[in-house]
Amino acid sequence: MAASVSGSQGPDSSTLMVGLVMIAVLILGISGAVNAADWAFGVHAGMFAAAAAIALAGLLFWHEQTDPPQRFDPKIYEEGIVKAGIAATMFWGVAGFLVGLVIALQLTWPNLFYFPDLGWTNFGRMRPLHTSAVVFAFGGNALIVTSFYVVQRTCRTRLAGGMWPWFVFWGYQLFIVVAGTGYLMGVTQSKEYAEPEWYADIWLTIVWVAYLCVFLATILRRKEKHIYVANWFYLAFIVTIALLHIVNNLSLPSSWAASKSFSAFSGVQSALIQWWYGHNAVGFFLTAGFLAIVYYFIPKRVERPVWSYRLSIVHFWSLIFIYIWAGPHHLHYTALPQWAQTLGMTFSIMLWMPSWGGMINGLMTLSGAWDKLRTDPVVRMLVVSVAFYGMATFEGPAMSVREVNALSHYTDWGIGHVHSGALGWVGFVSFGAMYCLTQWVWKRERLYSNALVEWHFWIATLGIVLYITSMWVSGIMEGLMWRAYNEYGFLEYSFIETVSAKHISYVIRALGGGLYLLGALIMIYNLVRTARGDVPADERRRKPSAPSLQPAK
Amino acid sequence: MTYEAWSQFAQTWGTVYFVAIFAGALVYALWPRNGRDFRRAAQLPIREKEDGDDRPLA
Repeated sequence: MAASVSGSQGPDSSTLMVGLVMIAVLILGISGAVNAADWAFGVHAGMFAAAAAIALAGLLFWHEQTDPPQRFDPKIYEEGIVKAGIAATMFWGVAGFLVGLVIALQLTWPNLFYFPDLGWTNFGRMRPLHTSAVVFAFGGNALIVTSFYVVQRTCRTRLAGGMWPWFVFWGYQLFIVVAGTGYLMGVTQSKEYAEPEWYADIWLTIVWVAYLCVFLATILRRKEKHIYVANWFYLAFIVTIALLHIVNNLSLPSSWAASKSFSAFSGVQSALIQWWYGHNAVGFFLTAGFLAIVYYFIPKRVERPVWSYRLSIVHFWSLIFIYIWAGPHHLHYTALPQWAQTLGMTFSIMLWMPSWGGMINGLMTLSGAWDKLRTDPVVRMLVVSVAFYGMATFEGPAMSVREVNALSHYTDWGIGHVHSGALGWVGFVSFGAMYCLTQWVWKRERLYSNALVEWHFWIATLGIVLYITSMWVSGIMEGLMWRAYNEYGFLEYSFIETVSAKHISYVIRALGGGLYLLGALIMIYNLVRTARGDVPADERRRKPSAPSLQPAK
Repeated sequence: MTYEAWSQFAQTWGTVYFVAIFAGALVYALWPRNGRDFRRAAQLPIREKEDGDDRPLA
């Protein structure tokens, strides 16, 4: 990573290097589009070329418009990228929630949303689009933007790498677009959470290594002796995701200009590596990364230090040491040796301890400031997210037990479980962080409307409750129906009977998802008004010169 | 080396290695004299307010 500041008039070295990478992408993109062996590869190669051309034009424009002393001034924090990250997080969040609502409606009323001539509207293509949009686009942008903010503040130094953080940001958006359009065109490796094909994987690897370098270089430049615990969680997230992504995606393309590749692994080895990847995507992307948000944003928002710093260190290391072994619980009753299944199950149960230790640490940080739960709805959102973290990490180990899994696996119980984690934990902690960040980086005294945060909070909470309760009911019901025998030893129900029995649950689930989407739209309105600096609605009504008794909120 | 020999080695010494470094992390977290550093570190997100808004070096 090049040092970013130079007194010379020419472009600084980081901008030059990003420009060279873009020229290479442009050349590869054009040659890929010209030689494409299939239609989808041609579209994607053209997309890469177009993105590189736009990036080069943007770099030239930026170079002409800014004076060298203003570029990457080490005396001030890099906050432009934080603003861009908030916008990206909310955009992809709404896109992902919307696709989720569409596929929930498809499952509820299959005939209403059936377009035989439009292959890309098929549930099988939209479902990975939803999953990747919420996990990687919404969650990933939330993690990148908060990590860039937190590492600067806790290290008391500007983000390192000059232009490279912007390469990470836009490179990641390009990956999202390539991955998402790929699903719609039917380009997939058919691996859960790892659907993008080989060229998208290589691009993400480049972006991710740049991310790691930016983060590490910032830590190395820190003005504080101690590396704050949130940065440890972010670092574990970045390093482990790099490792998981590279190993699980080892594959050989059928041609250098084709969108199809073949995995280096096969059979049960392939399944084990996939779920080592898949479960640690949960453990290190959806858990460690968002715990970093907890360890910075909750103390900061309530102005109390984390309850026990020692516990945060124990939480970190025990989570790291245990999570990595839990993956085989996804493969109960398969060809995977039983001892490996049992190992995965045992480590999953051991995860109760660090998870709940971390939950207690987050909640107890409010000691002496519990009144903020009532007065600050953003704090309530963050605290409820930690409570959902505790609930999802209690339910998960229970479901990893082989006998429980026999009932829960392949049913909607699993869908309910991941959504209590995704909507309640990951979603709420990201919303809380985005409310905080918008207020902080746009330098506002307060949000535009706390009342709208209250509306968002309650609408979204109701949505989550509808979602997870309906999925518990339909999941346990269908699990029990699948295993019901009649007095002659035959299966009691045909499969279609177990499907039609879930209809009412699916209606309720779609309603819950719709409410969650509505809450996010209210949030965007509130954030835009906050960023514009509009006078808060309830302050305009209040007469500042006439003090009166305020009712308790 | 056979598969059995490899797995014997990995299962034995892998366990010893992981337990040792995890024990090291626990000792570090619980060592009484580190308490002062940890108290200072825990204040990091809160203390910055006094350092000025967006000028880390000024």
